[in-house]
Amino acid sequence: MINTVPIEYYIWLAVALFTIGVMGVLYRRNAIIVFMCIELMLNAVNLLMVAFSSYLNDPAGQVFVFFIMAVAAAEVSVGLAILILMYRNTKTIDIDVLNRLKW
Amino acid sequence: MTLNVFYFISFVAVLSALMVVFSKNPVYSVLYLIITFFCIAGHYVLLNAQFLAVVHVIVYAGAIMVLFLYVIMLLNLNEESEPHKRTILKVMAAICSGLLMVVLIGALKGTEQMVPQQATDSGIGLVKNLGKVMFTDFLLPFEITSVLLLAAMVGAIMLGKSETVKR
Repeated sequence: MINTVPIEYYIWLAVALFTIGVMGVLYRRNAIIVFMCIELMLNAVNLLMVAFSSYLNDPAGQVFVFFIMAVAAAEVSVGLAILILMYRNTKTIDIDVLNRLKW
Repeated sequence: MTLNVFYFISFVAVLSALMVVFSKNPVYSVLYLIITFFCIAGHYVLLNAQFLAVVHVIVYAGAIMVLFLYVIMLLNLNEESEPHKRTILKVMAAICSGLLMVVLIGALKGTEQMVPQQATDSGIGLVKNLGKVMFTDFLLPFEITSVLLLAAMVGAIMLGKSETVKR
């Protein structure tokens, strides 16, 4: 079966999603939204990896994506625990409050 | 037909990804992100990665986003408590990410010629094939992933437990 969607379309879609994720990280101050944008970036990379894996007939890429999903799940559980701890101490979720390491 | 489905899903994915960034209420952001994840699962189905599509829906839409929603509800975040950056910083964020997009497009232009135009095997994303690869070539990473998940679980419990508990 020949793929009807050219691979470059998937590349541009992944670039768009990744860039939107980067913009979200720079644009928002809410730590949870920043975290969600990081998830968006991870997913853009996953999509590209699955696309290449499928177009090159190589299942290794899809196994990598599976591992990335496991790592993302671990990251989210620990990260949200840290966010809750931060909220408990500062009563806010604003990342600009955490500026003690600045300079 | 496939191309039209691709265009539609991509459009919805990019639009809802933008809405994740621009919506004021954090709960709406989470819901838009769930839409984006469903669209990405649709792309996986289009790419003949059926197993990953199912796992993606279960793990992301089912587990991770529910976790996000619970945290947002637990912290009682809403539109009023939402911190905002100054407008100049927002404009600069948009400009920076636009420049990054230009750089990425320039870097990835022509990559598609590295992929030979060949017939693809539609059974590659099924559980049978992936399981075979995962438990032969990638056995060690698979086991290490289980250790990582255990460590994350212990870490999350340690961080989340209340500090007033007497030892």
